[in-house]
Amino acid sequence: MSTFLTLLRRDCALLLLGGRRGGALLPVLFFLAVAMLYPFAVGPDAPLLAKTGGGVIWVAALLAAILPLDRLIEPDLELGLFDQFALRGISEEGVVAVRMLAHWLSFGPPLMLAALPASALVGIDGEQLRLIEWGLLAGTPGLAALGVLVAAITAGLRGGAALGGMLVIPLAVPLLVFGAGSLSVGGEAGLALTAAVSLVLLALTPFAAGAAIRSGRG
Amino acid sequence: MQAGGLKAQGITCRRGDRFLFGGLDLRLEPGDALHLVGPNGTGKTSLLRILAGLLRPVAPSGDIAWQGSCGYLDGRLALDEHLPLDKALDFWRALDRSPPLPLERLGLDRLADIPVRFLSTGQRKRAGLARLIGQGADHWLLDEPLNGLDSEGAALIEALIAEKRTAGGVVVVASHQPLALPGAQVLDLRDFPPSPSGKGRGWGLDADTEPPPQPLPTGEGLS
Repeated sequence: MSTFLTLLRRDCALLLLGGRRGGALLPVLFFLAVAMLYPFAVGPDAPLLAKTGGGVIWVAALLAAILPLDRLIEPDLELGLFDQFALRGISEEGVVAVRMLAHWLSFGPPLMLAALPASALVGIDGEQLRLIEWGLLAGTPGLAALGVLVAAITAGLRGGAALGGMLVIPLAVPLLVFGAGSLSVGGEAGLALTAAVSLVLLALTPFAAGAAIRSGRG
Repeated sequence: MQAGGLKAQGITCRRGDRFLFGGLDLRLEPGDALHLVGPNGTGKTSLLRILAGLLRPVAPSGDIAWQGSCGYLDGRLALDEHLPLDKALDFWRALDRSPPLPLERLGLDRLADIPVRFLSTGQRKRAGLARLIGQGADHWLLDEPLNGLDSEGAALIEALIAEKRTAGGVVVVASHQPLALPGAQVLDLRDFPPSPSGKGRGWGLDADTEPPPQPLPTGEGLS
């Protein structure tokens, strides 16, 4: 338990807002920038903006989640931390699970907060806004897991960050379909499916990422 | 501290398509030291990583049994570069639940506030040693521990290794520099050439026969 807390404290110090590995503010700013640009691009058609804005917010959230990929696993691999963890009997799976939690904390709640001004920018409020917030709560853990998984797979590859982005996008499509889809359908069914996809990714990622880190060792 | 050392049998190492060494048996008792020598590329680091459990030897051979825990030190510090040295070491101290580190002895006591990335090569090595000592492992695997260290630092490492052996630990060192390891076994991995199949030793020759010298790649004969 104290091992878990020690790892989490370090990961949070590195990844959270104000963290030393930097760039934790970047996803939020990117997210807000997209929401701000969209009305400029589409024009001042309030009904159209309100109808399509939810989907844009989801796309922005997905893309914002890609930004921190290259600082999730690769730096620690280069520093030799994973080797030292292995020597101490701390499993890669455990380290990855903690990293997922810290990564989610670093962009999930901030995006949910940023979704409030973003919704205002595209003219969404009331029921739609509620669905967006619940959807982000259900979907961002899945995005965090996916990010860590892809970061582990591409760590050490040349151009790994760019490749990572290309790998996340197709794998995140189910989250986007159910999360953004719940806006047009309404109701909780879409949210439940988004949460289900998230749970699958959360359960899968520690093992897949752990195996990727082990097999990349050499 | 503990009884038992290292028993390893039939280790064969492959990197990519190339077999580096094969059929290596090791038996080290508590207090023993092993000095790995040999030119670059003979597999010293690979052997250390295999012994540390970080690389897998080629199946079906490769039976490695340690009694006790292992510490591993190579060129990578595993310390956060942006943090002051004491904060970076605190992370491992918390994980290892280690007592206060002998920073003064390692010559690091005045560097506690300096970010790790500003340390010199030798100071980084000393910081790595501090992490290794803090781990409190029974046995040590050291990859080029003398790189970048001054003569005082080298003497310090020799003293630390001697203490570890007195405490009943096994120390395996890969080093190009001469290192005073009284009573240490010396192992040259060139004495354990892999067979083309990767199993056993000796290119199909007698075990005692030297392998045929490999021609060095030169520009001659291309015309």
